[in-house]
Amino acid sequence: MEFFQSIDWMQMLRCFVVGGLICIIGQILIDKTKLTPARILVIFVTTGAILGGLGIYKYLIDFAGCGATVPLTGFGANLAKGAIQEVQNSGLLGAFIGGVKMSAGGIAAAVFFGYIASLIAKPKIKKQ
Amino acid sequence: MKPIETKQEYSNYVDQKSPNSPILKNCFNAFWVGGLICSIGQILFDFCKFKGLDETSSSSIVSIVLIGIAAILTGLNIFNKIGKFAGAGSLVPITGFANSIVSPAIEYKSEGYVMGVGGKMFTVAGPVLVFGISASVIIGIIYTFFV
Repeated sequence: MEFFQSIDWMQMLRCFVVGGLICIIGQILIDKTKLTPARILVIFVTTGAILGGLGIYKYLIDFAGCGATVPLTGFGANLAKGAIQEVQNSGLLGAFIGGVKMSAGGIAAAVFFGYIASLIAKPKIKKQ
Repeated sequence: MKPIETKQEYSNYVDQKSPNSPILKNCFNAFWVGGLICSIGQILFDFCKFKGLDETSSSSIVSIVLIGIAAILTGLNIFNKIGKFAGAGSLVPITGFANSIVSPAIEYKSEGYVMGVGGKMFTVAGPVLVFGISASVIIGIIYTFFV
């Protein structure tokens, strides 16, 4: 297929390695600290937003593509990127619009698919 | 056995009793599962671009598809098995965000479809959105006045 010939395998390798390394950071946080998964997710999103706001994270995205955008740090960086872009277009108003606008797809999908999946799922009966 | 009196003693006791999690093995599993999820995202992203979409739309589609798959797999109780094996490998990618919405929602289903499912969906995802969106607003404000 034409599409498979167009895949850049070096890019894929960088994506795999960087994505994996970001997950290792998360795993070390789980194993070495007493942080709950919820706090780890919050730390990742906030760190991503700060790195995105400082303009550092986009170098990682240029390097690793989805290896940087798929982890939650990428979600945070995307929020920050949206806010900055929208501020450039419409000033202070953009600070409130931009972030959510940029990640609206992900948020809406999470809410929608999350609700649907919960409806089809059967609650587990906990074994005593 | 002498009673446990201080926090320190308790924490020593817990450390002694809880099994040492094999951190190297956990990290290895997190690495390849996390890398694989990102690679699936990359293939999707490349496919969207191949079909002529721009970068912003492509990465939105990647998020939507990965979140959708993770939500359905959580609903079918498959994702939790992957999560047990991969730890942060499935938690840190955006799939973990979807999982964190569906898991509590299923658990509280008995409390009803509005407050049970609709409300408890956000036990973990809520804080993530609060801190993520607040950070983006602060960054936007700083950018407006200082850059």
